[in-house]
Amino acid sequence: MTAVTTTAAPAAVSRPGLLRAVLRNKLGVLAVSVLALVVLAAVLAPLLAPYDPNAQDLLVRLRPPAWSSGGSSAHPLGTDQLGRDILSRLIHGARVSLLVGACAALLSGVLGAVIGLVAGFLGGWFDRILMRLADIQLAFPPILLALAIVGFLGSGLWYVVLVLGLTGWVSYARVLRSEVLSLRTRDFVTEARAIGVTDPAIMRRHLLPNVLAPLATIGTLQVASAIVAEASLSYLGLGVPKQTVTWGGMLSDGQLYLGTSWWVAVFPGLALMITALAVNLTGDVLRDVADPKAYRT
Amino acid sequence: MTAPAVSAVRPPAAGSGVLRAVVSKVVTAVVVLFFVATAAFFLVRLSGDPVKLILPPDATGQQEATLRASLGLDRPLLTQYLDYLGGLPRLQLGNSLVYDQPVAEVLFSRVPATLELAGSALVIALLLAIPAGTFAALRRGRAGDTGVMTGVLIGQSTPAFWVGILLVLVFAVQWQVLPASGYGGPAHLVLPAVTLAVYSVAVIARLLRSSLIDVLGSDFIRTARAKGLGTGGIVLAHGMRNAALPVVTVVGLEVGTLLGGAILTEQVFSWPGLGRLTVEAIQNRDFPLVQAAVLFFAATFVVVNLLVDLSYTLLDPRVRVTS
Repeated sequence: MTAVTTTAAPAAVSRPGLLRAVLRNKLGVLAVSVLALVVLAAVLAPLLAPYDPNAQDLLVRLRPPAWSSGGSSAHPLGTDQLGRDILSRLIHGARVSLLVGACAALLSGVLGAVIGLVAGFLGGWFDRILMRLADIQLAFPPILLALAIVGFLGSGLWYVVLVLGLTGWVSYARVLRSEVLSLRTRDFVTEARAIGVTDPAIMRRHLLPNVLAPLATIGTLQVASAIVAEASLSYLGLGVPKQTVTWGGMLSDGQLYLGTSWWVAVFPGLALMITALAVNLTGDVLRDVADPKAYRT
Repeated sequence: MTAPAVSAVRPPAAGSGVLRAVVSKVVTAVVVLFFVATAAFFLVRLSGDPVKLILPPDATGQQEATLRASLGLDRPLLTQYLDYLGGLPRLQLGNSLVYDQPVAEVLFSRVPATLELAGSALVIALLLAIPAGTFAALRRGRAGDTGVMTGVLIGQSTPAFWVGILLVLVFAVQWQVLPASGYGGPAHLVLPAVTLAVYSVAVIARLLRSSLIDVLGSDFIRTARAKGLGTGGIVLAHGMRNAALPVVTVVGLEVGTLLGGAILTEQVFSWPGLGRLTVEAIQNRDFPLVQAAVLFFAATFVVVNLLVDLSYTLLDPRVRVTS
């Protein structure tokens, strides 16, 4: 029994050099720090935001940011067309973006991991059906599928999470399947089988730990794409309802005032881009670090 | 994907093998389309009673029954499904509830605008991505490479509608050199096409770079160098041909991205294409039109990828032999 578990050891995630490798990458440190700041802002939003994000003050409509003429330090990033404080709305908007990003990536990750593991390990007709399903799913541009589903089910935060979660599984499943295809003929799997370990146990105890690294990488990248997708849906007015502050909704409002008040659209756009960039960079660093080739000199 | 010398030795073409591969790929595409059509049919019906969605909440039962009958929704589900499948080859997908015209007509009237947009975006993407990717591969690890890759990363993290809004802010509001929105001459096309191209430039440049780096490290390139061929000659004669394969695949996939991106880009620039039509159809609860639009997008994507698949057989003899 012990022999089996030792051969199953090439777990890529818990390598002691992981943290050190991440720290060595300056860009990685920057990305993780930015991401940590955004997460902190989202968690502490009610404490950090100077105003209620939906509080209107029509006397200070469309005020520019503090540093340009006409701006005041009362509203550091200015106000929108209803006199709402943009900084407060940005901070609260981070909550929706991160919540949707994380939940959707988690949901699609669990779904994709199960499908990829089972398809790769069992093979045969089961694999063929699942991979054909992946082709069908890929035949829909994801945003269109999300639009169609949200359009008919109605909009709402959890609908958006559900839709993005259900449409994101393909990339996990494909990568895990191909990883498992190469793992399942390895000695530690054959040996586990020989001593009577059941299929579900092999998948859970011997295969899953070996695919955690690619799983985490894809997961990170999926968080970024879910954040962008939620913003896109909200920009189209088909995502999270208007009362909830979202960066996409702010952008869509801001576009109407682009000619006179650039700050209404530019700040949420920047927030969105910087967050997506930070998440993507974190994913890139994870991949570089988890990729054994990166250790070859 | 490491590619051995494709250009060096060509195995004899296997005629029947090619035919078999083509037939099997076409059959697969048809099967995928059948499932997409089925999914579109049931998705629309699973998502609630269209009659309730169309009529105001205070409509009477009589009004509901009349509308249900006129839409053919009072018949058994199986009959509806078979009718729907039967109508597909003849493009009979019902009438739009808003335009009161056959949905195929409404859709096709918007195709040219989207084709113009997506086509220009693809051309722009290739024109920018091929030099950028090649440059980065040749300057691997140096400042030029880092510059290109930083641009790629930013391009991949930036949503299309945000790029569009920034471009409007700079070129239409600040400098006032290009129109902010609308459909018309070439001037109207510039900003939307560039907006839509940004993401694809990033994806294609990144892939071309990594696949060229793979190819340039292989033995036959070393041989070519040993024979005294210059870098330019090597890249053009051997590198590009071998690096083209994964790039062609991803260009096929990019068509889907472009179509999806068109939905947002058309919204930003009020471009009268399929994307805007689809968003409006969803907002108006025009379910026959939504169903047809979903099918149309999917069919385009499947057909383009079928063509890409088939082009492998021309680009890479190994695919011919193994399939």
